[in-house]
Amino acid sequence: MRAAVIVFPGSNCDRDLRVAFERAGARVSMVWHKDTELPGGIDLVAIPGGFSFGDYLRCGAIAANSPICRSVVAHAERGGHVLGICNGFQVLTETGLLPGALMRNAGLKFICHSSELRVETTDSPYTAGYAQGQVIDIPVAHHDGNYTAGPDLLARLRGEDRVALTYCDNPNGSVGDIAGILSENRRVLGMMPHPERAADAGHGGTDGAALFDSVVAQMALA
Amino acid sequence: MKARVHVMLKNGVLDPQGEAVRHALGSLGFDGVDGVRQGKVIELDLAETDAARAEAQVRDMCEKLLANTVIESYTIELA
Repeated sequence: MRAAVIVFPGSNCDRDLRVAFERAGARVSMVWHKDTELPGGIDLVAIPGGFSFGDYLRCGAIAANSPICRSVVAHAERGGHVLGICNGFQVLTETGLLPGALMRNAGLKFICHSSELRVETTDSPYTAGYAQGQVIDIPVAHHDGNYTAGPDLLARLRGEDRVALTYCDNPNGSVGDIAGILSENRRVLGMMPHPERAADAGHGGTDGAALFDSVVAQMALA
Repeated sequence: MKARVHVMLKNGVLDPQGEAVRHALGSLGFDGVDGVRQGKVIELDLAETDAARAEAQVRDMCEKLLANTVIESYTIELA
């Protein structure tokens, strides 16, 4: 299984994400945002956390319009897998690959702590390694993670079983306690918490490792 | 020609920053501030000299980048 991790100026979780994917058995290429094409044979594109372009204009807005993102959108439209974490989730909503938007945290503060998440669906390559309703401990670190969706979109996400993860104790005001959502074809996941920061015993927790193990195993079978 | 774009959160979208400013004004003794909304102003210097074409161009910029129309609305002033 081959993964590409996109690197923007201001990305700061790119190397952690690479390590988490490699630990799960993936071959990983780091791809600079000015590249216009993904390397050949990429199965999954991962968009890391950080502060791409200093969060200028809106979090993720400039990154979403960078040259590589046209290829990332085309990859998703061909049915390819895309994982966006934290700033990566913001980039995915800005490209339109995932619906809704991420606003300033309701409490206005940057939050950085471990958080309990509930696995709302196991029907995705990313969450298949967990049990339905399982509570996992994954850190959050963001200022703009307040997921916003109107009532119609929220009903659709729930009706289509596309809410992947929710917060047990909502830290940022997200509607419906949403921490992560899936695309219609379930191959694009955006989530604010950082599974790559809970993927090694040295991190103090390994609840995030199953996400990488699961998606790498599923794609090796495909 | 110059264009000024105002980007605001749409009505109905809770603006936590505006709320924080409202509370701070209250604690400074400014009574009677019922609501505060915070937005952005973006000034553009355009080569275009035709107002209609400039407005169309700026509208396209707003839709593609300057505003996130999921949560924000925008207005354009030309001068």
